[in-house]
Amino acid sequence: MTVAIDRATGKRRGEREPRPGPVQRLKNGLHKHWYAYAMIAPVAIVLAVLVLYPLGYGLYLTLTDATSLNTARTIGVNEIDATYKFIGLDNYADILWGPTAYDRFWSHFLWTVFWTAACVTLHYGIGLGLALLLNQKLRGRTLYRMILVLPWAVPTFVTVFGWRFMLADGGIINSGLELLHLPTPSWLEDTFWQRFSAIMVNTWCGVPFMMVSLLGGLQSIDASLYEASEMDGANAWQRFRYVTLPGLRSVSTTVVLLGVIWTFNQFAIIFLLFGNTAPDAQILVTWAYQLGFGQQPRDYAQSAAYGILLLSILIVFTSFYRRWLNRNEQQLAI
Amino acid sequence: MSTTTVETPAPADERRPAGAPGRTRRRGEQSRAASLASHAVLIVASLTALFPVAWLFFLSLGPDKDDYLHPGRIWGKITLDNYAFVLQDTGFFDWLKSTLIVVLGTTLIGVVVAASTGYAVSRMRFPGYRKLMWVLLVTQMFPIAVLIVPMYQILSDLQLIDSYLGLILVNCTTIVPYCAWLMKGYFDTIPFEIDEAGRVDGLTPFGTFARLILPLAKPGLAVAAFYSFLTAFGEVAFASTFMLSDDKYTFAVGLQTFVSEHDAQRNLMAATAVLIAIPAAIFFYLVQKNLVTGLTAGGTKG
Repeated sequence: MTVAIDRATGKRRGEREPRPGPVQRLKNGLHKHWYAYAMIAPVAIVLAVLVLYPLGYGLYLTLTDATSLNTARTIGVNEIDATYKFIGLDNYADILWGPTAYDRFWSHFLWTVFWTAACVTLHYGIGLGLALLLNQKLRGRTLYRMILVLPWAVPTFVTVFGWRFMLADGGIINSGLELLHLPTPSWLEDTFWQRFSAIMVNTWCGVPFMMVSLLGGLQSIDASLYEASEMDGANAWQRFRYVTLPGLRSVSTTVVLLGVIWTFNQFAIIFLLFGNTAPDAQILVTWAYQLGFGQQPRDYAQSAAYGILLLSILIVFTSFYRRWLNRNEQQLAI
Repeated sequence: MSTTTVETPAPADERRPAGAPGRTRRRGEQSRAASLASHAVLIVASLTALFPVAWLFFLSLGPDKDDYLHPGRIWGKITLDNYAFVLQDTGFFDWLKSTLIVVLGTTLIGVVVAASTGYAVSRMRFPGYRKLMWVLLVTQMFPIAVLIVPMYQILSDLQLIDSYLGLILVNCTTIVPYCAWLMKGYFDTIPFEIDEAGRVDGLTPFGTFARLILPLAKPGLAVAAFYSFLTAFGEVAFASTFMLSDDKYTFAVGLQTFVSEHDAQRNLMAATAVLIAIPAAIFFYLVQKNLVTGLTAGGTKG
C-alpha cells in the first residue's frame, strides 16, 4: 500500500482538523496541490480528449443502431445527416442472447479464451525453458540470445507475411511435409488448421519477450541461494522448484498478466494472416473489427458494443487476478 | 553479469584426465552431455526463430511472383530486380515519409506530454492520485475495438480521417499513458534528496523538475521514446482503417497492398518486407537493453 504522504511537505493526510465543506476543501486542495495538478494537466487533458470522450461516445453509440447507412456522411456534394436512433441495451441483449448469439459471440468467446490460454502457456513455458538454457555458462550465449530475440526485433506486420508464404498451399512447409510423406493440411483454409496456425505464429512472435524478461529475472536471483541449497543437498529439480521459481515470482506474475492482455487484444497477427477469409479463426477483437469495418454495411453500434464487452472482460479479469495475488501476498510489478 | 546454472541431472562426466573419478564438478561447469543437449535445443530454437525471416529474404531474391512455390529454382536466377522495382516504381518512399511523420510525431507528443505527469505521480500525493493511476493502468488494456469506432466517427466529423495528425492522435491514446507509467518508474529510482536540496535552495517544484530531475532522467525519457517509436511503427489496425490515400500509407498498410484477392506480388512484397525489417531490427538491437528493463520496472508496488 502506498502511504498517503505529500512527500514534498511530509504531512500525513490523517492529521487534520475536522473536515471543512466541499467548496473549501476544493480550494484548500487546489491551493496545496496546484503544482501537482499543473504537472498532470497535459496527460489529464490528453486522456480526457482522446480516451474518455471517445469512450463515452462509443458507449453512447452502443445504445443506438448506428451503421454506415444511417450515420452522417458526405456523398459527393450532398451532406446526409445522421438518422440513427436510440435503442437502449438492445445491442448487448442481441449479442449475448439474441438469435444466433452462439455463432456470433459465444463461439468466438470460447475460441478467444482458448487462444489466450494456449498462447500464454506456450509463451511462458518456452520462454522459461530458453531463459534457463541461456542462463548457463555456454559458449556462444550472446549469439544465441541475439538470434532468439529476432522475432521480437522484426515488426510483426513483416514477419506475418513471411509465415503466410510458408504456410500457403505449396509453400515451403507443405513441400517439406510432402517430402517426408506426411499429410499436408491446408493451413490457411481449414478452420482447425487456421486456428493452429494462428497460435503457432503468435507463439513464435511472443516467446522472445517472455524469454528476455525471465532471463532478467533469473539473473537477479542471488547466487548464494543456489550455493546454500546445494550445500543442503538439494538436487537440480529441487533447486529449480524451491529457489528458481519463487525467485521468478514477481516477474512471472507481471509478464503473465501482460501476456494475457496482449494476447487477448492481439489484432495484427490474425488480421494479416487471414484477412477476411477466416470467420471461425477470428478472436473477439478481430471479429469486432470486421463488424465495424470489414463488411458492408458497417455495423458501428454492434462493433462498439463488442469493444465495451471486451474491455469489461479484461477489467474483471485483471481485478480478479490482482485480488488473487493479494490473497497469496504477492506483488505485481506494474 | 553473474550467472548461475540450473544443471540437468546428468552423469558427471568431467573433461579432466581420467584418474580423478568421483571428483564433484565445480559450480557452473556442466557435464558434456548436458551441455550438448543445451546446445542442441538452442540451435533448434535459433533456427526456428531465424527461418521465417531468412525465408522472406530468400524469396525476395526470386524474380517471379510464384517463385515461393518452387523455391529451388530461385538459386539459378538470383537477382536484385525486386529491390530495384520496389525502390523505383512503388510508393516505398511515400510510405517511408508517412511512417516517419506518424512515428516521430507520436514519439514527440508521447514523451513531452507524459514527462511532467510521470514526475508528479512519482513525487506527489494529491487528491485523485489513485484514480489517475487507475486510469493510466486501464488504458493499457484497451482493445483496439473499444476506441476504433468512436474515433472513426469523431475524426470524420473533424475531417481528420486520412490525415497524419488524426493517426498521431489515435496512437497517442495508448502511448501517452504508457509513457507516463514508464517514466514514473524511472523517476522513482532518482533519490528524493535531490528534489529536497533543490527546494531548499529556493527552486519551485517546476524548477526542480525542469532543472534537476529532467537532466538526470534522460535514460528514462529515451526508453519511453524507443517504446513509442516501436509501437507506432508496428501499429496495424488504426493505420489500416484511417489512412485512405495510398501516398499516406505507413509501412504497415503499404505492405498489405501487394496482396489483393486476385493477385499477389509476393516477390515485391518480400523485397519490401526485407527493406523494412533490416533498419527496424537494427534499431531494435541498438535499444533493446533499455527496453527490457523499462518494461518490467515501471509502476507502483501494491
